[in-house]
Order: sequence, then structure tokens, then C-alpha cells
Amino acid sequence: MLKIKDLHASVEDKEILKGLNLNVKAGEIHAIMGPNGAGKSTLANIIAGKEEYEVTDGKIHLNGEDIEELAAEERAHKGVFLSFQYPVEIPGVTVTNFMKTAINETRKAQGLEEMPAKDMLKKIREKSELLEIDRKFLSRSLNEGFSGGEKKRNEIFQMAMMEPKLAILDETDSGLDIDALRIVANGVNKLKSPDNAIVVITHYQRLLEYIVPDFVHVLYDGKIVKSGTKELALELEEKGYDWIKEEINA
Amino acid sequence: MELKEKLVSSFLAFENTVDVDAPIHDIRSHAIKVFEEKGFPTKKEEAWKYTSLNTILKHDYSVFPKEENALEFKDVKKYFLHDLDTYKIVFIDGKYSSHLSETTHDKIDVCLMSSALSHDKYKLVIENYFNKIAPQDGLNSLNTAFSKEGAYIYIPKNKQAEKPIQIIHFSTGKESAQMLQPRNLIVVEENSHVQIIERHQSLTDNAVLTNSVTEIFADKRAIVDYYKIQNDNQNASLIDNTYIDQQAQSVASVHTFAFGGNITRNNLNFYQKGEGIDSILNGVTIIEGKQHVDHNTLVHHTEPNCESHQDYKGIFDEKATGVFNGKIIVNKEAQKTNAFQSNNNILLSDKATINSKPQLEIFADDVKCSHGCTIGQLDENALFYMRSRGIGEKEARALMMYAFANNVLESVKIPQLKNRINKLIANKLNVNIGFDL
Repeated sequence: MLKIKDLHASVEDKEILKGLNLNVKAGEIHAIMGPNGAGKSTLANIIAGKEEYEVTDGKIHLNGEDIEELAAEERAHKGVFLSFQYPVEIPGVTVTNFMKTAINETRKAQGLEEMPAKDMLKKIREKSELLEIDRKFLSRSLNEGFSGGEKKRNEIFQMAMMEPKLAILDETDSGLDIDALRIVANGVNKLKSPDNAIVVITHYQRLLEYIVPDFVHVLYDGKIVKSGTKELALELEEKGYDWIKEEINA
Repeated sequence: MELKEKLVSSFLAFENTVDVDAPIHDIRSHAIKVFEEKGFPTKKEEAWKYTSLNTILKHDYSVFPKEENALEFKDVKKYFLHDLDTYKIVFIDGKYSSHLSETTHDKIDVCLMSSALSHDKYKLVIENYFNKIAPQDGLNSLNTAFSKEGAYIYIPKNKQAEKPIQIIHFSTGKESAQMLQPRNLIVVEENSHVQIIERHQSLTDNAVLTNSVTEIFADKRAIVDYYKIQNDNQNASLIDNTYIDQQAQSVASVHTFAFGGNITRNNLNFYQKGEGIDSILNGVTIIEGKQHVDHNTLVHHTEPNCESHQDYKGIFDEKATGVFNGKIIVNKEAQKTNAFQSNNNILLSDKATINSKPQLEIFADDVKCSHGCTIGQLDENALFYMRSRGIGEKEARALMMYAFANNVLESVKIPQLKNRINKLIANKLNVNIGFDL
């Protein structure tokens, strides 16, 4: 699904990713952990196609296709989805209208007809129930005045609507209380299928109790320095990141 | 000959076309003298610092329409709100077109200034209201001197105009360059209600300069909603002077949609003369190329417990220039005034400019007044957010601009008009958004 090879990337001439490798297959859940400033969010944004990051070397392949030259919207049309760490407030555009536009623009790019209004409403109803989202919420301006938890729940609602092949969840657990965390994790787990893949970027092990990863990677100083199974996450939680730093520097 | 001299000397010829014995003619004769003395405003005047009329005053305008030009409805249908039943007062090159109009004298008067000025029936209204609130500056005086035609709307006590009124001015360009001076008078008596949509439309590439004056009187508890569509072509300039006198508990709103034209200057003044008044001034400006739009507003609060709300949004691309100059005066007696003003702007290009200037003169001590002005670019993070959901860059930009202008559109009370404005915006932004905001 996603193959990243020797990825180097910088923002404003500062190198942030320094030769990162990652291989995610369909049906898998990967967790990427690491200390602040390691490059986790940079990686998420680069995969989604944010233009202010410059890829200086390496390759990003999605289902065998080099996506580096593709615009963010083209990547979305190919099934890439980023759940934002800080979802942006867009006053004047309701959640419903935003989703209608996003889905129909994507369908248009894929050569499909617009989704009939009836089907759209049905889908919105189903997916909002999955995320336990109140209907009133859907007619509010996107993210405007939403609490931290509402914003994150809304991100996963959008994921449910878009049905991506590759979903990257960037710090989706931050700002969530335990109930909201359960709802969000439950939603993500329901969306999981053998045909899609999920990359969970997180600081803490907490989310991984609910969204159980097949693989855990440690991102440190722009590289994946250690990979393992879900037990690695527990070890990190217990011991912090210092032992990894020592291991690398040894 | 300079335009000013030409206009002054044309006054004699103009007098041959009107009844010089009518009382209003004294007002005209006086006004031409004021114009001769004051002339056109220049950038030396504070209120005209950012708008120069020089380029548009140098044309050799014909100042009277010489012939009757006809238009077929099918050719100009698109400029009407045709999916809505309305009264229509339509002018072609400054002359009334009965063919395109639909007026009435049934309980209310929706008709022509020329008939109001010449029939005894209207004498009292003209005496009481004509030229009573337009300040005697050069431009207003020029218009007053040549005042002859325009819309006359009179809604007596406790009446509601059952349908909106469209006032449309077409220029056909059969003359080389044309100057128009429409004069409108709108009197809405106690407890009455009217909705008006006004549009100036040039159908030619020849230069057109319109110097329009509209006086509006909203008596006690009257409700007046006025919508201005300014979406004219590159060679058409408009100086639109609108003055509103409001009595106690009246509510008057003016929406100005400035989407195009060469130079557009809006002078919009509200004079509050009672308690419990609400004045609403909303505007959306979306321009590009070398277009220039200047909103010059005044709200004068003179009595206690009144409100005013101003919300102007501007989007400027390429080399377009904008001005917002919003003045609020609160007299000493006008305690408990709530006066709000906001002017938000997006510059899409490095070469576009906006000059935004709030002026608050507050002499009362128990008031709530606020003003805010922002100038920025489209938020790149928001664009990325939308694009990451599969919305193309052009559509994402358009969606953000829609959203930016949305709260002003939301306050349009006529659904068909709101729909039309939506379409005009979509056309301007060259996108097809899948829903109406």
C-alpha cells in the first residue's frame, strides 16, 4: 500500500526527515511513536501532500505509484486521508456541505457521477451514528467553536465518509477524554478492513490499547530507529525514549 | 471643454426641457450654482483621498439622452430578477422605458420622478422630501441641478409593497460616452414596508458615468430593505449617493454587492432621528483587474437607544483597489447607542490594495461602539485542509471566499436574490459549487 524509501525532507532549509523507510501493507495498522520534534507530523503532512515541505531525496509510493508530484487533492482522490492534529476552523461552511463537496469532488475526479442526495443523507446519518455525533452538529460551521474532542471526532467522521485506502491519524488522541477516545477508537476499528491500512501517529501508548497496531515504529531525529510489535509501545510507555537515544548514540 | 464647464453651460439647454415655473426649479437653479462653485471632488479632500475621478472625468460625455433607444426584454432578461414577481422601473439611457417597466398607483405609488415632479397630486411629498437630506456638495448639487428622472416610490401609512421593486438603469452606448444622473425619492410612511433592488447596467464598451442620488425616508416603525447590485462592465463608473432619514423604531438596511465596474464610489449616509432605530449596512466587494471600489459610509446617531451594524467584506485580486471609510457619529444625547462596524478584507495578489479607515466620533458616555478591520490572505492551512479532503485548489479557494462573504449573504431576505448573488459570485470565481450557502 504505502512504501517510503530513504525519505529526506526539509522545511525552510532545515532537514527534518533524514532517510526514513516505512512499508505498510493493506490490512495493517502501524503506529509511529517518538519524542517531540522527531518529525512525526512532518511525515504525516508530507504523505498528505502539504506543499511547504520539500522532499529532497527518496520515494513515496502508494500502491506502486510515485505520488510525490501529486497535489494534496489528487492524493485524496487516490485514497489518502489525514486526520489532522489541529483541524482547521472554516466559518461559513457547514460540516454537511463540506462533506458533500469533498465526496462529490472526489467522485468527479474518479470519473463517477455525483452521489444522489438521498444516498448522501443516508451515509451521513449512518456515519454520524457510528461516531455518536448529534445531528445539530452537522449543520454547524466546520470546526468553528468545536471542543478539542469534537474536532477529533469530526475528523474520524470525515474518514468514515471518505472511506480512504490509507488513513493517517496524526495525534488523534490528544485532547480526547476517555469516553471520546473510546468512541473514536471504536469508529476507527469499524472502518478497518483487509483492503485499507491505518498509520497511527501518537505520543502515548493510551490510544494503542484501543486501536491495536500490528507494528510499532520509533521515529527519532528524522529516521525510524526501531520497529517492533505492540509490546514495543508498552516498553516505550514504561521507560520513555531515553534508552532508545542511548542505544542509537552508543 | 472640461466636463464641469460643459455641464454648467448645458444647464441652459436643460432648462428648455423642463417646467421652469415649477417650485423645484428654484432648487435646480441654486444647485447648479453650488456645483459651479464646488465642482467635482479631488484627492485633496480627505473623503476622496484614495479615489480619483480624474480618469473618468476626461471623457467627452453626452449629458442628455438624445434619442429613445429600445431594448427587447429577451436581450436584457438576465439583468432582471425574472424568477420573482416584482414592480419594475426601468430606464434606458436615462429615459423611462414603459415597455420594460411595471409600475403601480394602486394604494402605493411606484412610478417616475418625472411624473412626481409634474403632477399636483405629488406636490406635497416633493415639497416635504425632495432634496431635504442630500448634503449640498458638488456631486449631489450636480445631480439636483439636472434632476428630472428616476424612481419615485411612495408607500403610505400601514402599507406593505406586496412585491419587491426593481430599479434598473441600462446604457446602450449608442452615444459615444454617456453621463447619467438618476434621481430617486423613496418615502415610506409609518408601519410600512418596502424592498428595493437597484442595478446599473451598461451594455456598451463606451464610457458611462452615472452620478446617482437616492433619498430615502423611513418614518416611524417603517422597514426598508435596499439591495444594490453593482456588477457593471469595465468602462462603466458609478458614483452612488444614498441618504437615509430614519424616524423612531424604523429599520433600514442597505446591502451593496460590488462585483465590478471601472470606478465605483458609494456614499451611504444614515441619519437617525428618533429612538429605537436600527440601521444595517452590509457589503460584499469582489473585484479584480484595475477595478476600484470605495465605500464611504456615515451613521449619525442623534437619539438614545439606537443601533447600527456595518459589515463589509472585500476580496481583491490582481491590481484591484478598495477603500472602506466608515464614520460613526454619536451625539451627546444618544446614550445607550450600540454601534458596530467591521471591515474584513482578503488580498489575493501582491498588487491589490485596500485602504480601510474607521472614524468614530463619540460624544455620549454610555454607548457600546466597536470597530474591527482585518486585511489578510487566504489561510494556507485551511486550503490544505480542504485539499486533503479531495477538494481542488480552485474550488477550495472559492469555497473559502464564499464562506468569507457568507454572513452578509445570509442577511439577504429575498431568496431569489440570494440565489442570484450566489450565482454572480460563482461566475466571478469561475467555479461551480455544489450547494447554495
